[in-house]
Amino acid sequence: MIEVRNLTKIFTTSSQEILALDEVSLHVEKGEVFGIIGLSGAGKSTLIRCINMLEKPTSGSVVIDGVDITTLESSELRSARQKIGMIFQQFNLLSSRTVYDNVMFPLEIAGFPKKEATQRVEELLELVGLEDRSDSYPAQLSGGQKQRVGIARALANKPKLLLSDEATSALDPQTTRSILGLLKDINHRLGLTIMLITHDMNVIKQTCDRVAVIDDSQIVEVGKVVNIFSKPQTDTSRSFIGTVVNNDVPEQMLQGRAALETGHDSLLIRVSFIGESAGKPLISSMIKKFDVDANILYGNIDYIKETPFGYLALELTGLPNHINEGLAYLKGQGLEVEVIRGV
Amino acid sequence: MFDFLGANAWMADKVLLATWESIYMVMISTVLSYLVGLPLGVILVATSEGHIVENKSVNTVLGSIVNAVRSVPFIIFLILIIPLTRLIVGTPIGTIASIVPLTLAAIPFVARLVETSLKEIEWGLIEAALSMGANAWQVITKVLLPEAMPSLSLGVAITTINLVGYSAMAGIVGGGGLGTLAYYYGYQRYENGIMWITVIVLVVLVQLVQMLGDTLAAKISNKRM
Repeated sequence: MIEVRNLTKIFTTSSQEILALDEVSLHVEKGEVFGIIGLSGAGKSTLIRCINMLEKPTSGSVVIDGVDITTLESSELRSARQKIGMIFQQFNLLSSRTVYDNVMFPLEIAGFPKKEATQRVEELLELVGLEDRSDSYPAQLSGGQKQRVGIARALANKPKLLLSDEATSALDPQTTRSILGLLKDINHRLGLTIMLITHDMNVIKQTCDRVAVIDDSQIVEVGKVVNIFSKPQTDTSRSFIGTVVNNDVPEQMLQGRAALETGHDSLLIRVSFIGESAGKPLISSMIKKFDVDANILYGNIDYIKETPFGYLALELTGLPNHINEGLAYLKGQGLEVEVIRGV
Repeated sequence: MFDFLGANAWMADKVLLATWESIYMVMISTVLSYLVGLPLGVILVATSEGHIVENKSVNTVLGSIVNAVRSVPFIIFLILIIPLTRLIVGTPIGTIASIVPLTLAAIPFVARLVETSLKEIEWGLIEAALSMGANAWQVITKVLLPEAMPSLSLGVAITTINLVGYSAMAGIVGGGGLGTLAYYYGYQRYENGIMWITVIVLVVLVQLVQMLGDTLAAKISNKRM
């Protein structure tokens, strides 16, 4: 649906040139929620603003449904933009208009017939759960309610794509969850493609199908969220994941272990599991089959888009060949096994 | 014998007429100066760097003209444009004639006031409108002007008050209104009473205008709170 090719953006100030995007290429499927994560200054904001040409790229192309939006005349660009909704961190609602009239705004711009527009606004307010606030002014709403108005407004022209520019960054965690829930719901119900940028890995984990990690103006990693979480390839990704999932065995656990010993061999391992394997009693099967003991030191389980995902830190004790057979068994069952330390 | 009551009534008539003339001049000039100054202010903002219809040459030329007119003191401007006033009205003297210099002097002032008000609008709001496919005209009429309304109405009050002051100056060179009254009776005939009455009427007028402007701005803002 969206094909970004070799997108480069250079900001020129009087004293210097700043490279904000460096040959960025991306592909977003129709109907997916695609996240872009990066630290501030990494270029993510510039990237999303190039998708609807609020920022004009220096070179490269952005093809949406077969149309290269970077080559459009200004009137063509305006009609293309009507089919791309956008929501913002600061909501950007008009203080001079009521909730109702704010949602009406894009319909006025598009020249919708009055009667249809009225009906559409009512539908949208119901969709975002604000039908009883239609006569309020934005200043009378909470942050979460403001963003709901923003979402209703962005959906007014029945867009095929929704761009979210840090839409939850100004909200508290609870409100963030409800707004993300609304976005997911819209994605499911309307089949709307959503492209969002954030610096918060929780947002990615809760909403996105795929994610691109942007660092220093370049995309360093793209993939399914589950895969990035379970097998991150870059340090940038690892540090983002570290903000959400604690992947390290606590230091004091390791220290305690070093002192322990009983004559048997023991091994500290970390087992990661995703999806189906998380549901099977593999550890207990290994214990029975190979006569090894497994002492669970630390564990964590989480869900990424309905897929269970987690890891366990285990201390295996037993005869060396039993331990090795056990390890082989776990690997054979599709688990990711990493030896932390042989004791 | 000196008819004290009669003299008073005569004086009151004079003051009333002069007050009405002043209000009339100021009101017409305010309206006319906004008819031209408001669009100019919008153009000054919209053509500025990075704005919706960025145009450096238009912006620079317009900005320079505005600055040039604003830097001429009003009393000199008044005399300077007498030929133009004569051309438009037929005479440089009287209430109607005063409207010409008052309006022309207020236009650049209004343009700058409007520009300042519109510049306060957060860029995010403009960007949101652009992201919906709004054109420049829609951004101006649906975002910039309505959003700036409280600040714009305060600007109208400031302009009106300025014009009250200017109109008194115009009065000294025969423009009619309270200025003429104060000059003829107060200055040339040493009638201090008239002078003081004029001052009091001017003070009351300015207070009223400011109150009106404040109330209007507050009313618009409160509605949005």
